[in-house]
Amino acid sequence: MSWIPATETERRSMLDTVGAASLEDLFASIPAALRMQSWDVPPGRSEMAVSEYLGRLSVKNDVCSVNFLGGGYYDHFIPAAVDALISRSEFYTAYTPYQPECSQGTLQAIYEYQTALCRLTDLEFANASLYDGGTAVFEAATMSMRVTRREKVVVHESLNPVYRKMLETHAANLGVEIVSGENPEGAACVIVQNPSFLGTVRDFTNLAAQCHAAGALLVVSFYPVSLGMIKTPGAMGADIAVAEGQSLGQPLGFGGPYLGIMTTRKECVRKMPGRIVGQTVDAEGRRGFVLTLQAREQHIRREKAMSNICSNQALCALRALVHLSLLGKAGLQEVATACHSKAEYLKKKLGFAQIVNDGPTFNEFAVRLPKKAGEAAAKLLAKGFLAGLPLASVGAGQDNDLLIAVTEKRTREELDAFAAALEEASCN
Amino acid sequence: MNPSELRYTEDHEWIGREGDVYVVGITDFAQDQLGDITFIELPAVGRAVKKHEETAAVESVKAAGDVYAPVAGTVTAVNEALEREPELVNQDPFGKGWFFKLGDVDAAQLEELMDAAAYTKFLETCGD
Repeated sequence: MSWIPATETERRSMLDTVGAASLEDLFASIPAALRMQSWDVPPGRSEMAVSEYLGRLSVKNDVCSVNFLGGGYYDHFIPAAVDALISRSEFYTAYTPYQPECSQGTLQAIYEYQTALCRLTDLEFANASLYDGGTAVFEAATMSMRVTRREKVVVHESLNPVYRKMLETHAANLGVEIVSGENPEGAACVIVQNPSFLGTVRDFTNLAAQCHAAGALLVVSFYPVSLGMIKTPGAMGADIAVAEGQSLGQPLGFGGPYLGIMTTRKECVRKMPGRIVGQTVDAEGRRGFVLTLQAREQHIRREKAMSNICSNQALCALRALVHLSLLGKAGLQEVATACHSKAEYLKKKLGFAQIVNDGPTFNEFAVRLPKKAGEAAAKLLAKGFLAGLPLASVGAGQDNDLLIAVTEKRTREELDAFAAALEEASCN
Repeated sequence: MNPSELRYTEDHEWIGREGDVYVVGITDFAQDQLGDITFIELPAVGRAVKKHEETAAVESVKAAGDVYAPVAGTVTAVNEALEREPELVNQDPFGKGWFFKLGDVDAAQLEELMDAAAYTKFLETCGD
């Protein structure tokens, strides 16, 4: 197939349509400093030379610091079996094959992922996954608007401020009214997060009832591992549960790839975005798996589709499924309990700082240090600790506030050493 | 084959009077184009709709589309049988396959819609 670029006439026509005088004019909003300064690319090098060069670059990555950084992404242990299983060539493809006649394995894996997430959240339907936790929040907001035919979205203070910003960006041109608080009157939904961004655990059962009385939906953004211990979104009466799925078997990486989780009630499923795999029988009565409820999607409903999401994070979803299957229900409870117990142990060790949370926490909490959190974190980095998230950096707290996360990977020795180092860094 | 007592829209809805209210459905041509219908989403009773507002949705094995209100009004009833038997729309589009009923309708609005003869002629322009 020949590649035919846009002609000069076509470019002119496109520029005229958007009201740009020239290509330069079209890109005017990109600061000059961020533009490519030169298109002179050096000549190619041998594989051996490139391998050596990249190896040297990778040494600059810090993979040894003891990690207390959370804020939505957590340093959980990933069993080696996760990589071994998802790397099988039957699964490890560049794109998700959806044709049932040749993709029963992939479709069954997605179906089992959906089943696992439904059981985890106590809700009835899951989609095949979305991009990440933040886009899942946006998709839940627009899904609520379709269900209720309302255009107001209420964001509770517990929501991750990064997710809120993503919601505002995605919704900027959609005529959505985004307000803060928890009053469901006239709203499509109230979006809460549990545990909150600062780690506080709440029971939103009463808010769910208030939402339903006002004809609104309750959207709960949850932390998958925490559900080994705390009340599930479904048990609280949530209509849509969304999550960042990183804590389920996804390695920490700058920008992912991560996993957006979404589950909902049966009444709302036709308004849910994304692919859904269903179980059926073939002409001979044998069990099989197919994409279902496809009339929601772009290839059928075109511009009136529920979302422009028309794929999923299949390999990341498979990681989550393998991870959950390896842990099992009891294993997930053990991981959650270990995270919580270790966080409580550390909390007691940080007597020199003030706990910011106004309620119980799961594995993450905010402390107010005697000095600026950013400065303390920088000192700790030099001692081999990723100290946590200075809350002022995301506009979620005062200069001295530090958000600290503790996972099952942290040992007592690490907790003791970290508490001592943080005290020294912030009190001297 | 398009009943003469009904009025029609270019989106292939029909509307007909039944006492104080007006019944709305999709035409035989529309059901034939859609193929086997698998799901119908109906509006909430009591909902006020504007003329040409998306009021119901229909999904078939090969397509999905919206059903618009032919005139402004308030939904007074929906055909709940369609939730269990959406195929009624294929079998009897002008009868048991009705979608919803509208009250508070200004009868003059119907004069703006096509009669059966005009709709039949209009269909000649809607080739496959």
